[in-house]
Amino acid sequence: MKYLLQRIAFYLFTAWAALTINFFIPRLIPGDPVTSLINKYQGQLSTDAIQSLYVLFGLDKNASLWSQYVDYWGQIFHGDLGLSFTFFPTPVSEILRQSLPWTIALVGITTFASFMIGTSLGVLAGWRRGSWLDGLLPVTTFLSSIPYFWLGLLAITLLAGPDSIFPSSGGYEPGLVPSWNSEFIGSAIQHSLLPAMTILISSVSGWILSMRNMMVTVASEDYITVAHAKGLPERRVMVSYAARNALLPNVSGFALALGFIVGGTLLVEIVFSYPGIGYNLFQAVGSKDYPLMQGVFLVITLSVLVANLMADIAYLLLDPRTRKEG
Amino acid sequence: MSAPATTITAVTPGGPEVAATPAKRRRLRFVANPKAATGLVVLGFFCLIAIIGPWIAPYDPSARSSDLIQAPSGKHWFGTTHLGQDIFSQVLVGTRGVMFVGLLAGIVATALSILIGVSAGFLGGAADESLSALSNVFLVIPALPLIIIVASTIPAAGDLMVALVIGLTSWAWGARVLRAQTLSLRRRDYVEAARATGESTWRIITAEIMPNLTAIIASGFVGTVIFAVMSEITLAFIGISTISEWNWGTILFWAQSQQALAQGAWWWFVPAGLAIAVLGTALSLINFGIDEFVSPRLRSSGHTKLKTKDGHSVRMRVGFTPVLGAKDAPATPVVRRKEEAA
Repeated sequence: MKYLLQRIAFYLFTAWAALTINFFIPRLIPGDPVTSLINKYQGQLSTDAIQSLYVLFGLDKNASLWSQYVDYWGQIFHGDLGLSFTFFPTPVSEILRQSLPWTIALVGITTFASFMIGTSLGVLAGWRRGSWLDGLLPVTTFLSSIPYFWLGLLAITLLAGPDSIFPSSGGYEPGLVPSWNSEFIGSAIQHSLLPAMTILISSVSGWILSMRNMMVTVASEDYITVAHAKGLPERRVMVSYAARNALLPNVSGFALALGFIVGGTLLVEIVFSYPGIGYNLFQAVGSKDYPLMQGVFLVITLSVLVANLMADIAYLLLDPRTRKEG
Repeated sequence: MSAPATTITAVTPGGPEVAATPAKRRRLRFVANPKAATGLVVLGFFCLIAIIGPWIAPYDPSARSSDLIQAPSGKHWFGTTHLGQDIFSQVLVGTRGVMFVGLLAGIVATALSILIGVSAGFLGGAADESLSALSNVFLVIPALPLIIIVASTIPAAGDLMVALVIGLTSWAWGARVLRAQTLSLRRRDYVEAARATGESTWRIITAEIMPNLTAIIASGFVGTVIFAVMSEITLAFIGISTISEWNWGTILFWAQSQQALAQGAWWWFVPAGLAIAVLGTALSLINFGIDEFVSPRLRSSGHTKLKTKDGHSVRMRVGFTPVLGAKDAPATPVVRRKEEAA
């Protein structure tokens, strides 16, 4: 329990650090993002509106940095992330609320699946070191060196087409209205197949490799030899003795690698024009939409922190030693 | 129980005896690893292209011509873009930017990780606590979105700026690994001996600790270069860094924004992507080479299945004593199930 509390305290600290970075980035922007917005809406904004925009983007020259910082925290706790430039005057929080479920469904499920598949293959490759499974390693190395987004481009060229079952872009059939009926869900699944496969192929090899290396290390431990000597079935020794112990570093590795993986998967959304957070980031970058960019960064960071916490809880469940101390 | 003595001799390979390698060749052992050697050769090739690329490029990469969206031909090896630019020249010229950013970011991040990781591990106490908290925070915050946001707030981010941003944000992993290793080294006998003889802290770190961290530092450097190359190409691909400087990401940016896919112009994005993948694979191979150099156990020992003289086959594995699963002989207490059971 103490371990878990320590982790939670650390994540709170990280969240604070991320939010503070988020606070300072727009203040480092040379020039004035609000001016560009005013130019875009020539004459449509009153002076009051302009002043409120300056306050909203934290560019109020009359307030001190500290009071801006306090105001910023107040806004965050109210879920107010400012107004988007691109979709003006839609609030950023509204845009993110629409796109977050898409990203969580796509990235969350594929990352988890890739971890499971990669770990199982790694168990086999490590256990049967020197068998044909080792031939798999160079192939997966090559696949993992391919940028996610380029693999996506390739997948679209090769597999998607006018008469293919794989749509090349979007999250669902253009005519449909998002709802919980079978037609919409079917369409959503169909649209997510290609992006999901892309993410799976490029991310799985890292797990195979790290799990294989852990298995090789664990396989020479004394308790494995003892398990063999007892005459336990091969499968039991592999799964319950070797794999269970080799899994622990891989689970903590999962937590740490998450930040990198999520960054890569966002690009897949861009290539497939998938209606998630990554695509929002792309749109925001294209039109210098700083509030939306910051909102995306904030949401991604917080989601990664939550996922990290879940990985920690999984670690607690897997490793009895961490539970004993509390 | 058919004569255990023969079983033991049968287990030893009947193949040719491997002569013990003379000690004088130790220095070249790393290069002798086929993975590392392949990786180094490919990396060397890309470095060469980075240097001479702009001189051997047949065309000016930005020069327009009347050959719009041409498939690869003798005149244009990798085809042309929507403006008639030669893609082969773009790839050649773009190599320099990719290698420059990758290596510079790698150097910056490695220097930072040594500074932070080794001092955290060696100093201990409050310094360790705060430095590891710092690196953990940087590790958990998703790096790519942070890089994208920081780079997009810098107007006209050139290669140098991009390399610095990537280098300054991606040192955390190396620092963490180095800290752990330094922690295990700082109480070793030879370090204590150096301390007892009155060596300065600075000398202990540079002369006693650092040489033992070489492999970790090298592998961290290679890992960071991979990440830096990917990040840089990503930044160019989504159009954040300046598109006036050519690199592989810029090519992909134009290919994506000009609908190369819809026009079936596969030659537009395939060469640049393959170059990225080959460079990334080469760097990963170097890293595997380092890993296997440090921990020989990880080597995929190619030939593990042995045929014994009396027709049994045995698989050699680390940590296991091969036992023959003889069908006719009664089982000894240590005989385990046959390999096929798994």
